[in-house]
This record gives sequence, structure tokens and C-alpha cells, in this order.
Amino acid sequence: MNEHTVKAFDADIGELRGLISQMGGLAEEQIGKAMLALQRGDRALATQVRAEDKAIDAIEAEVERLAVRIIALRAPLANDLREVVAALKIASVLERIGDYAKNIAKRVPLIDDTGDRIEPISVLPAMGRMASEMVHDALDAFAARDSDAAVRVCESDTALDDFYDSIFRTLVTFMVENPRTISQVAHLLFVAKNLERIGDHAGNVAEMVYFAATGTQIADRLPAKS
Amino acid sequence: MSNHPPKITATHVNVWYGAKKAIDDVSIDIDQDSVTALIGPSGCGKSTFLRTLNRMNDTVANARVQGDIRLDGEDIYSPDMDVVQLRARVGMVFQKPNPFPKSIYENVAYGPRIHGLASSRSELEGIVQTSLKRAGLWEEVKDRLSDSGTALSGGQQQRLCIARAIAVDPEVILMDEPCSALDPIATAKIEELIHALKGRYAIAIVTHNMQQAARVSQRTAFFHLGQLVEYGATTEIFTNPREERTRDYITGRYG
Repeated sequence: MNEHTVKAFDADIGELRGLISQMGGLAEEQIGKAMLALQRGDRALATQVRAEDKAIDAIEAEVERLAVRIIALRAPLANDLREVVAALKIASVLERIGDYAKNIAKRVPLIDDTGDRIEPISVLPAMGRMASEMVHDALDAFAARDSDAAVRVCESDTALDDFYDSIFRTLVTFMVENPRTISQVAHLLFVAKNLERIGDHAGNVAEMVYFAATGTQIADRLPAKS
Repeated sequence: MSNHPPKITATHVNVWYGAKKAIDDVSIDIDQDSVTALIGPSGCGKSTFLRTLNRMNDTVANARVQGDIRLDGEDIYSPDMDVVQLRARVGMVFQKPNPFPKSIYENVAYGPRIHGLASSRSELEGIVQTSLKRAGLWEEVKDRLSDSGTALSGGQQQRLCIARAIAVDPEVILMDEPCSALDPIATAKIEELIHALKGRYAIAIVTHNMQQAARVSQRTAFFHLGQLVEYGATTEIFTNPREERTRDYITGRYG
């Protein structure tokens, strides 16, 4: 795309995009650390994840300030306007993703306190990687303004949903077979649900990327979900 | 969009100034019920095109217009067309307010009088009052109608010019950058006026102010190098233009 005649406009948009990428990188990192903490029962790392969530919140506030400033001072139109609106929405979605990572971290000591770790805990990191990859791919699509890549992110959500369904069934089986695992399983169900929600939110980011790039809604392009 | 047939239909319009082609094969419909904004960089032909709609280009030496422009289906370039009558039907408001150096009353009364629209003094007074009211100026000038029009503020002068255009009961009002010499408050008043006049008159406005086009119009036409690049719903043009040239212009990437 050509540069703006007013160079400061490009600088503002560049700064906004930089903040989103930074925020996305942090969110991704938080998911990874939360899952690692869970896997190892690492309480110190879990505490760190909970503390670092504040950094994501701070960038979200900065995105809001910058977006409002751009709208007020530059009166963006067409793709510029869509990009600023998308950045605002993406920032709030990334903040939610950070919250889910924080929530997983919060459960690490609680799970640890429930006693012996049950087997399904070992498959959750794989689900975590899948969710984290969706966030990563959505942000790559944002960086490249790539609507096709955004569509692929939305489509990949089905695999994560299937993963969740399978973990859900496994965990329910554990509860039925051994009621003493119930409190640990309940936490793990929430962890799995959080990861599933992160995938949905990565899909929301992809939807905004698609909208910013094309000016149309991605729903018009994806096959309707049954 | 509109239930009515277009008020003005321009088809394959070309305009030359001497050997230089200023408008290149432009076809456009002006809706009865909409405000149509013409936007584009300086020299893109938007004002030239606007002026073809009431044959203002006739007054420019060596300007030549080719193509078909119809007002309610009637060919305005036909030899039978009475140009003075046409300009009463298709009024114009210019960039710089240009009231006659006469009283406020006379500025508005002049047109209806020469066109014989009033048969009595009281009828003429009625037309002047209605026109000033529609132009949103009545309350500000009703007690000083005999003051000179040129003594008004810039914004008031522009509304006086709009009242003058309205007074001859036009069907279409063309506005060529009507706010470019006005402050933001006066501009807002004119924009509010445009909104109020919409529907009663078909309105076409040339503006360099993108936000103004976005605020006042329902249809927007983007001109570039004498060509019509894109014409469509204003919301579409400003949120999701189809053409790259339109996008680059409205987002400030025009080089």
C-alpha cells in the first residue's frame, strides 16, 4: 500500500500495529507459560503469569488511547478506518485471551493441592499449543493484512473444538470412575474450556483481520456452521 | 435508493477547454431525493462537470461540451432550451458568497421579479420570506431587510445566496465548494441547511472537504483526471471503496 501524504499518519498507524503485535506476542507467551506451569506444577511460574497479565492490560489501554487519538486527529477513512476499529477490537480480545491464561495459572496451585496428578493433564499442553498457534497465526494474518490466512485461522478452530470434546469425555470418565479426582478434574475442565475459548477468541481476531483487509464480514465467506 | 427516476441523467459527457480534454466520458445520474457529492483532487474535472449541468460552461470561451445531459428527460443542450430558464430550474451556489451589492430583500426578490414569478408586491414579499426561511436566515435578517447584503457575515452571505437560488423555485441546486470560505460554525449551518433542503430539491455539491462529503451526501462520485472513477453510496465510498484510486485519495495516499 502507498504511504500517506502526511507521514505522521503512517507513523501513528505503524505504532498502533506495533502495539497489537506486542500484545499478541505477550498473550501467546502467557498461554505457553501457564501451560508449562500446569505441566510442571510450577507455582512460582504460575505467580509470574498472574503478575505479567498487567502488562497486557497496560498495552490495551495504550491501544485505546492511540486509536482515539488517531480517530480524533487524522479522521481515518476506508481501510485506515477499518484498521483502527479492528485494532481496538483485537486489543480487547487479546486482553481476554490474557485473562484466560491468567485463570489457568491461578488453578496451578489449586490443582497441585488436590494430590496426585491424573493422566489427562499430560495431553492439555498439546491443546495449549494448538490454541496458542491459533493466536499466533491470527496475529501473523494481522501483520500481513492477509484475509486468506484469517480464513484458515477460523477454519482451524474446529480441530481445537474436537480436542476439547475429547478431553471433556476423558475427564468425565475419570470423575465417574474415581470420585476422588473430581476436584482436580473440575479444574482441568476449566483449563480445557479456557483453551477452547482462547481458540474462539483467536477466531474473533481473525474475523477482525478479515474485515480490516476486505471491508466485508468473514461470515459471508465461511460455510455456515451446523 | 430512490423511487423516482433520476432528476438529471448525464450520459457519455466529454468537455474540452480548447484542445485540452477536461471531462472524459462521464455518465452519472443525479437523484431527486439525494445529495450527491462530487469529490476529487484539484483539476479532476468535478467543478467542470457540475457546471455542465446548468450550462455554466457556455460562458467560458473555447469550452466545448459533448454528450447527453437530460433534466427530467429533457435535453438541456437542445437548441430549443432556454438557458436563462434552465439556470432558474438548476440554480447554483458558488465558492465565494457573491450577493448583489443591493439590499438583502432585493438580493432575494431580484430573481422572482425578472422571472415574473410574483404578480403582486405582497406575493413577492411572501417569496422573499419563504426563501429566507428555507435558507435558515430569516430570523437573523427579518428586522433589517433593507440593509446591504454585502454587510452580512460570510456565512450569512452564503445563506443569502442560497435563499436567492431558492427564490426562483429551482428543481436542482448545484453547490461549488459552498463552505470553503466559511468558518466551522457557518459551515455547520450550511450543512444543516443542505440536510433540510434535501428531498425538496435535488442537490449536487462539489467539495474538497472529505468529511463534509461524508456528512452531507448520500451518493458520492470520485473524479480523477477527468474521469469518473467510482460512484456509489457515500457510506460505501468512505468505508469500503471498490477502486484503489478512490481509496488512495480518501485516505490521503494520493501522490
